[in-house]
Amino acid sequence: MTLTLIALAAIALLALIFGSLLGFAAIRFKVEGDPLVEQIDAVLPQTQCGQCGYPGCKPYAEAIANGDDINKCPPGGEATIKELATLMGVEAKPLDSAHGVESVKKVAFIREDECIGCTKCIQACPVDAILGAAKQMHTIIIDECTGCDLCVDPCPVDCIDMIPVEVDSSQWEWEFNKVPAGNIPVRQVS
Amino acid sequence: MFANYDQIIERLSVNQLWDFPGGVHPPQQKSLSNKSNIEFIPLEPTYYVPVKQHIGVEGKLLVAEGDRILKGQLLTASESPFSVPVHAPTSGIVAKITRHVSAHPSGIPELSVIIDADGQDTWIELKPVPDYAKADKSELIERICDAGISGMGGAGFPTHIKTNNSKPLEFLIINGIECEPYISSDDRLMREHAWQIRQGIDILVHILKPKQVIIAVEDNKPEALETMSIACQQKTNYQVVNVPTKYPAGGEKQLVQVLTSREVPSDGLPIDVGCIMYNVATCYAIADAIVEGKPLIERVVTLTGRGLKSPKNVWARLGTPIQSLLLHGNYDASTQSSPRFIMGGPMMGFTVTSVLTPIVKISNCILVPADNELPHPEDERACIRCSACSDVCPASLLPQQLFWYSKSKELEKAEEYNLFDCIECGACAYVCPSEIPLVHYYRQAKADIRNQREEKEKSDKAKIRFEVRTARLQKEKEAREEKYRLASEARKASMNKDGGNAKDKIAAALARAKAKKEAFAKEAENAQSAENIKKKESVSELSDSFALPKTKLVAVDEDAAAKKERVAAAVAKAKAKKVAADEAKKENKEL
Repeated sequence: MTLTLIALAAIALLALIFGSLLGFAAIRFKVEGDPLVEQIDAVLPQTQCGQCGYPGCKPYAEAIANGDDINKCPPGGEATIKELATLMGVEAKPLDSAHGVESVKKVAFIREDECIGCTKCIQACPVDAILGAAKQMHTIIIDECTGCDLCVDPCPVDCIDMIPVEVDSSQWEWEFNKVPAGNIPVRQVS
Repeated sequence: MFANYDQIIERLSVNQLWDFPGGVHPPQQKSLSNKSNIEFIPLEPTYYVPVKQHIGVEGKLLVAEGDRILKGQLLTASESPFSVPVHAPTSGIVAKITRHVSAHPSGIPELSVIIDADGQDTWIELKPVPDYAKADKSELIERICDAGISGMGGAGFPTHIKTNNSKPLEFLIINGIECEPYISSDDRLMREHAWQIRQGIDILVHILKPKQVIIAVEDNKPEALETMSIACQQKTNYQVVNVPTKYPAGGEKQLVQVLTSREVPSDGLPIDVGCIMYNVATCYAIADAIVEGKPLIERVVTLTGRGLKSPKNVWARLGTPIQSLLLHGNYDASTQSSPRFIMGGPMMGFTVTSVLTPIVKISNCILVPADNELPHPEDERACIRCSACSDVCPASLLPQQLFWYSKSKELEKAEEYNLFDCIECGACAYVCPSEIPLVHYYRQAKADIRNQREEKEKSDKAKIRFEVRTARLQKEKEAREEKYRLASEARKASMNKDGGNAKDKIAAALARAKAKKEAFAKEAENAQSAENIKKKESVSELSDSFALPKTKLVAVDEDAAAKKERVAAAVAKAKAKKVAADEAKKENKEL
């Protein structure tokens, strides 16, 4: 009888200790937010263009975490889909053309003498890459522009162009088949 | 582990050096071009000076099209610490500032200042430092920066950044190795201008205060070794060292290892093991900048290869298009089936895309190989895993693995195998029996990784900006709602303060609205019944009908009623006018 009581007491004590330990850990090491969403968000290109149908990359990341398709991101293209597929453990699919097609990287450019200073594009820009004030000329901060296209539609005078980003030699990817040059090093015969 | 200072000094004194792993011994071919003095060449009609000629960022343009400029005048100003200015190679007029084919394997046009020479070659006023030994360290570094000096050995690292050193320094190493075949520009420079190189070294010693200076010359250049020894013999802490010929002994990390046994850490610099290295041509340029006040506007370029009838070394102004250098070297087109000009040496150089490619600060050689001399590359075959590449790799990497991962774009794996420690010397590709252009694959992989990193950085920035913006909009929305809430509360409060008065007002307003409604109903009736009546009459009736119920309300609020009456009359008038206008239109139509 005493043995049973001791055993019961011991189990109860252990349960109490581990319970409180778990309880402490649950509070102390609480995970803020969904880490999966963060991971998906990190893979997405952060253009915030909304072509996926969600108002930005984070909402789309949340949607993917909740089971939405992974092939709705045209700016990310094949590479992003592949990465998402590995991350989510699903099959990579071709890009859903309903959301747009993968194209070269572009940045917006305001033809400044045509700008009437309506600030509509400033309100549309998801990353605050447009500088300007009411009735003053606006301009785009190229380095901050993600090429999302969202400023083009609101412009009442159509003075915004999307210009492909020029590749300079620092970004060049050594594609010799595109330039008439030879390989390095050259072969030397003695 | 690594040898300490005293051990190194002891071994250097008997010229007993260490070795680096791997390396190859390609045919030297230096005797083609190193037989004659460095020649001066006549002025060009046009120079193409790229705004950016080094690693880092370009400076800000100081000249505009049409400006008259003097030789040595600043074309750009260095704005950030990583930018180095460029100077006018001769006096003349800025013909154009436009994009011109770059001295880069891609040949992608880059911003260049195109100068039409006036033939006078007039110097701008030079400001030499009268006595550098008395000058301040920071002033000298500034002078070096203003003179536009960046490393002339190949990488083009801004010299003033390297010179602005605050870490403990033991060895100042002067690199006169020039290990790449064919090139002899440093060789000739050491033979002919050893004294000025020594001056440059003196200035660097004054700035950097090293414990020991090592001047390293490869043993295939005995004349240069001798002249440098003579130039430096008075200085006790200058040691001229004879380094065995092996490619790539001239690589920065390799040379540090050969001279000191110390290995530069993977993502570190030689200063991390107590060394700083300068090329001999850079020392020459430093002496020019400080002692003469001359900016860097020309350099020695080797013109060599069996495609040239008279290979030699020349002083070429920066911005000289290579087509004129080919002319000076007597280019023999019959030796080549298709024109092929290599900027740099056969191991690390690149084939230029245009003969208008300009000479820049890092161009040390123009190689014009005859067809039978450097045959065009054959198609690559499959890797047979002979491991010859890993035997010769001076960085002790695994070129095969790097090749597979680079080719299959498994970039993370490639990085794990230390792709970024590859110095792109080309030794692996040189020995590859399957003719695989290994370095090419590594360069592609490196570029891919760099671009991905850049994109990642950009997307992270965009993410932060997006989140900040979203948070700001949310805050603004909340602030707005708060404002509305406060305003409505204030309204309510003031209403309560008035007490019954306000309530009466509301009641009156309600009553007025009701009356108005009734009046409209009546008006509708009237309109139906009085179709034939003249418009003017109906108008008066309407206004009456508006006025009638109003009079009943006078008791409630006389003033308001009177006002309302006036408004109602105005409305009625406007309506009548409209109806009349419609009528008139109708009549016109009927007519």
